[in-house]
This record gives sequence, structure tokens and C-alpha cells, in this order.
Amino acid sequence: MQERLQDESYKSGKRVLLNGNQAVAEAVKIAEPDVIAAYPITPQTPVVEKLAEFVAEGVLNSEFVNVESEYSALSVVYGAALTGARVFTATSSHGLAYMYEMCWWVAGSRVPLVMALPTRSIGAPWNIHSDHSDVMILKDVGWIISMAENAQECFDLTLIGFPISEELNIPYSVSYDAFMVSHTAEVVEVRDVELPKRKQAYKILPNSEFALNAVTVNDARHKARKTLMKDLENSRRKIEKIGRCFLGEDFSLAEKYRVEDADYVIVTYGGWSGDFKDVVDEMRDEGVKIGLLKLRFLRPLPEEELKEISGDVLVVDRSALYKFGGMGGEIKRIIPEAKNVIAALGGYEIGYSEIKALVRRFVSGKIGEVEWYP
Amino acid sequence: MILPGNASCHGCPITIAMKTLDEIENPVVLMPASCSTVIAGIHPNSALKLTVVHVPFPSTPSVAAGMSRGYRKLGIKANVIAWMGDGAADISFTALKAIAERNEDVMVVIVDNEAFMNTGNQSSSSTPKYAKTTTDPAGKRENRRSVSLSLINYGYVATASVGYVKDLRRKMRKAGEKDGFRLLHVHCPCPPGWKFEAGLTVEIARLAVQSLFWILWEKDNKLRISEISKKAYENRIPAEKYIKLQGRFKGIKREEIEELEKFAVEEFERLLKLEEIL
Repeated sequence: MQERLQDESYKSGKRVLLNGNQAVAEAVKIAEPDVIAAYPITPQTPVVEKLAEFVAEGVLNSEFVNVESEYSALSVVYGAALTGARVFTATSSHGLAYMYEMCWWVAGSRVPLVMALPTRSIGAPWNIHSDHSDVMILKDVGWIISMAENAQECFDLTLIGFPISEELNIPYSVSYDAFMVSHTAEVVEVRDVELPKRKQAYKILPNSEFALNAVTVNDARHKARKTLMKDLENSRRKIEKIGRCFLGEDFSLAEKYRVEDADYVIVTYGGWSGDFKDVVDEMRDEGVKIGLLKLRFLRPLPEEELKEISGDVLVVDRSALYKFGGMGGEIKRIIPEAKNVIAALGGYEIGYSEIKALVRRFVSGKIGEVEWYP
Repeated sequence: MILPGNASCHGCPITIAMKTLDEIENPVVLMPASCSTVIAGIHPNSALKLTVVHVPFPSTPSVAAGMSRGYRKLGIKANVIAWMGDGAADISFTALKAIAERNEDVMVVIVDNEAFMNTGNQSSSSTPKYAKTTTDPAGKRENRRSVSLSLINYGYVATASVGYVKDLRRKMRKAGEKDGFRLLHVHCPCPPGWKFEAGLTVEIARLAVQSLFWILWEKDNKLRISEISKKAYENRIPAEKYIKLQGRFKGIKREEIEELEKFAVEEFERLLKLEEIL
């Protein structure tokens, strides 16, 4: 198996066995950030360990800053980004919550940066396993948010994060499920590409008499937020253009899987999309016209693809907001009849047969507006 | 460095300290939410003829470290200054200690007015015992703690006072010329917060030094108590003279003044002993 994979390694880059975290680190290596800062948290730790190794081995020429907290991790890369440096950080769960103030500050400052966010539950009680509670608190801050399904997408979505963030002057996060993706090894094509040099809207330099983010009154803050949110809403074309340039022509914000003639469409994102696709295949074999729409980006939301759906819709979330799952409520804004399931928080194991049973219940019209599973 | 017509209060000590920033080459000044933010002015104007980056309260040391790393990596000459009040030093203390420990090329200036003055005089760890603030209306119950003393083992650390500008300028210049972690802790008596006449800022600052309530020292390779403070120890003025001018100590009892005086003298004598070994 390994030999056959090695044989195939060649056309564009090489194929290697990597888990999600390692795939992120390989992509960061290509981007060559000037400054990396991070604080360890499960399941993110292997990303920064790998990057620290690269720096120690001399294959990555970055300033690597071992900070004392996640709050400082984002603060350090924010400061470095202001000077014109390309930067990277990574965190998860409580780490994201701890750096939350800076998440807003970075977005409001329109500073490009990339952050990996393996998704993990937020306590209490303690839980280190996957759900999407953490990424949901970042969702409406004003970041571009991508969700990887597997190690390959971890690599791809991290790689394009740098030029996308630098083109739009909006911070960028790449999320992927704890353990299921972060620690699961898969064959990844490490693309042999070069990224364009860092660019950004402004830099802070000495002797400039420039005051950044001073106190505002009247409409200044309103305008700043409005511009950011509008730019984020309208970022789709630029993201797709950059994505296609590095990842191929079929790249888009959402993956349409057998949706063309579907009477039923499941909307998913993240690691378990693969399981749901298998269920779709099996049920297609049985003659059920079912498909799946996988959101590769939560911000900007792939609204065009959602609007194209004609069949019954089930949104499967792995986080709970008030009354709805993380995306269920807002997808109902686009598809009012959409059903929503909040499933498997805190790494609760949901196997293929359970997923299939859930989808069967949906197809037979037995799922209510919003349901918890279990 | 600082333009006239800025938003500072009458007799503001921080503006005195800000003027001494002209001793620094290629400064980039970071400011957390503080009196300094207000003085710096409202967007799109700026009262400071400097590059200023306004940042959230606890982030100041770390953003400064990031900027310094960025400039170093990109080969840009800059002197990154984390300019904060005693309140920001409290809330960012973990980060402050961390950048000291990593010896980040950052100059920290703490303009210490002994309370959260920007929000209207709430107690900080720097507020002296028995001083009344809006959160300690009956007077603070704990002694003040010196942030510079707690970081004395890291890099260049010095105290200064707006009452002794020549000494402050020398230390500002010296800190500015050095690499690595530097900390300048500047005593800033605040007229509205401490409740004294706006014309008395410099006098109160001097009385603080002369009564040993503020000690001028410098730790470069070695700890050295400044001559000004050593002379003050020889000819110490009574604590009462310093305290009685300030409305924040209104109603303080004689024995409480004596207790504060004893604390000040003991702190000086501890520092004298430290001078022998550090």
C-alpha cells in the first residue's frame, strides 16, 4: 500500500501519510511565516510541536515565540502582523475562549493572519473531544472560517488561508475536528507550490505619527464594523479565485455531493461529512434520491449553494446555540423548512449505523424542527 | 512629542513623562486603555507626534513583543515601548513577566498614578494603604506592592519620578539605548485622583521621594539606589508632610501615618540590603 502511494507521488508534489495537525504544519511550512506564537492545548499541540521542530531543524525560518497563554499567542502574532510580518498561530476550545478579546481586536484592525483551530468542546465539564462549540464563538466575530473534512483539506485550507487573508485583510481560521481529523493519519498530497509574498492594507512603522485604533466617536466604529462585515459577506469570489489558483478548478465554498436531482439534502461540515456521504451512497443504491451539501466555509456562508437546494433539508450540527445547532438557525433563514439535529457533543461516538438510522428517520419525515441526538 | 491642547487634566503627571519620550530613537508606542489613551486623543486626531498603537488592556506586553519580533525579522529599526498605567501592569502581569523572562526587546514604561484613574479612581495593587478610592471608600486595607521590584531580576529595571525630570530623562535615554527587556517605573502623582491642587504635581512627586514613599533606584548590571533617594534617607522629611497634602488620605489617623512611615523606611532599608547583594 505504502509503496503504491509512493509511486503515485509525483505529478504535483508528493503523497505522504499525515494527520490533520501535521498537514496543517506542512502547509504552514510552505507559507513560511515570519513569526509563529502558540500555547499548547489538546488537540492543537502537535501542530506547534511540528513547527517548532521545523524551526529547530532549520527548514523553516520563523521567529518562534513560546508564549505564556493563548491570549498572548494571538497578541504576539497580531503585533508582528502589524509590522508587515506573515504570522501563524493555533489553538482550540478554552484557548480560543481565553484569546477571545484579541479575536475581535484582530478582526477590527483588518490584519491578515492565519489560525488553526482543531475543534474541541468547551467545558464545564472537562472534555477534550470534538464538537464545534469553540468555532461557533468565532463565527460572528468577523473572521473567514473554513472547516476541513480530512487531512488533505487541513493542508489545502491552511495553504490558501495565507493569500486569502492577505488579499481580504480579514483574519482566517482553519477548523478541523479534534482527534477524528487532527490525530488521524491519512494520505495527503503535499502540493509543491509557492505562495505569493505577504501583502496587507497597512503597516505600522516607526516615525510615522500614525495612531492606530485610537478612541472613536460618531460613526467611525460603526463604519469600521460595517465595512468588515460587508467585505466578509462579499469575499466569496476572491476566496474562490485564490482557491482555484492553488487547488484546482473545482474548488468552491461548498461541496455538492449528489445533490443534482435530490429530494433530500443533508447539510454537514467537518469530519463526519465523509460518513454522511457513505450513507448517501448506500441510500442512493436503494433508490432514495438523497444528496449532501458540505460547507467548506462557514464564513462567508455559501448561500448560493444553499439557495439552490430544492429538496427537504436536514442540517446536522455538532454544537448547541439557543434552540438550534450552530448553523441550523441561520440556515433556516435561507431554507425555512430545514430540519436541524444537534448531535454528538463532547466527542460522543456516533457510528455509521447510527448516522444511517438518523438519515433514515429524516427521509421518512420523522425528524422534528430541532432535535438532539442523543 | 505631545501637542498642546490635548485632553489631559490640569497638572497631569503623565504628560510630563510623555515629553521625555523624545529621548528615544525610532519609537513605536503601545497603549492599553488608560489615561494615556485619552490624552493621545480621539480618532482621526492624535496629540502625540509618535507612532501609537492602541491595544486591549492585558495585551500590551505581548503585542509589543510581537511587534519587536516582527521588526527584527524584517530588519526594521524600531524601539517598541509598552506604555501603561499601574492598572494595566496588574491585569497584564502574567504577560509582563513572560516577556521579561523571554528577554523580549521591549521597553516597558509604567506611569504609576497609584489607581485606575481613567475610570475614576479605583484601587490597584499600587494604591497605598489607607488611601481612599471609589472601590475602597473607607481606605485601602493592603500595602502597595512595587511591580518594578517584583521584576528586578530581569534586564534593565529602574524607577523614576516626574518630580525629578533630569533623572527620568537619563533613565529613559539609557533604557532606550539598551536591547532586550527594559522596565521604567515612573511615579505620577495625580491631582484629581489623589485630590491635591493641580499646581502641586511636581512638589508632591518630590515629597514622595523625600519622605521615602517613592524610592529612585536603577538595576543595570547591579542595583544602585539613586543619590537623590540616599540623601532623602539621611534627611528624611516626615510622612505627614507628604500625606496631609492629599485628599485621598483625609481622616487618616496619626498611628496610621506612623505605620505608613515605618513601612516606607523599612522598604528603603530592605533595598539598601538588596544593594549589597544584587
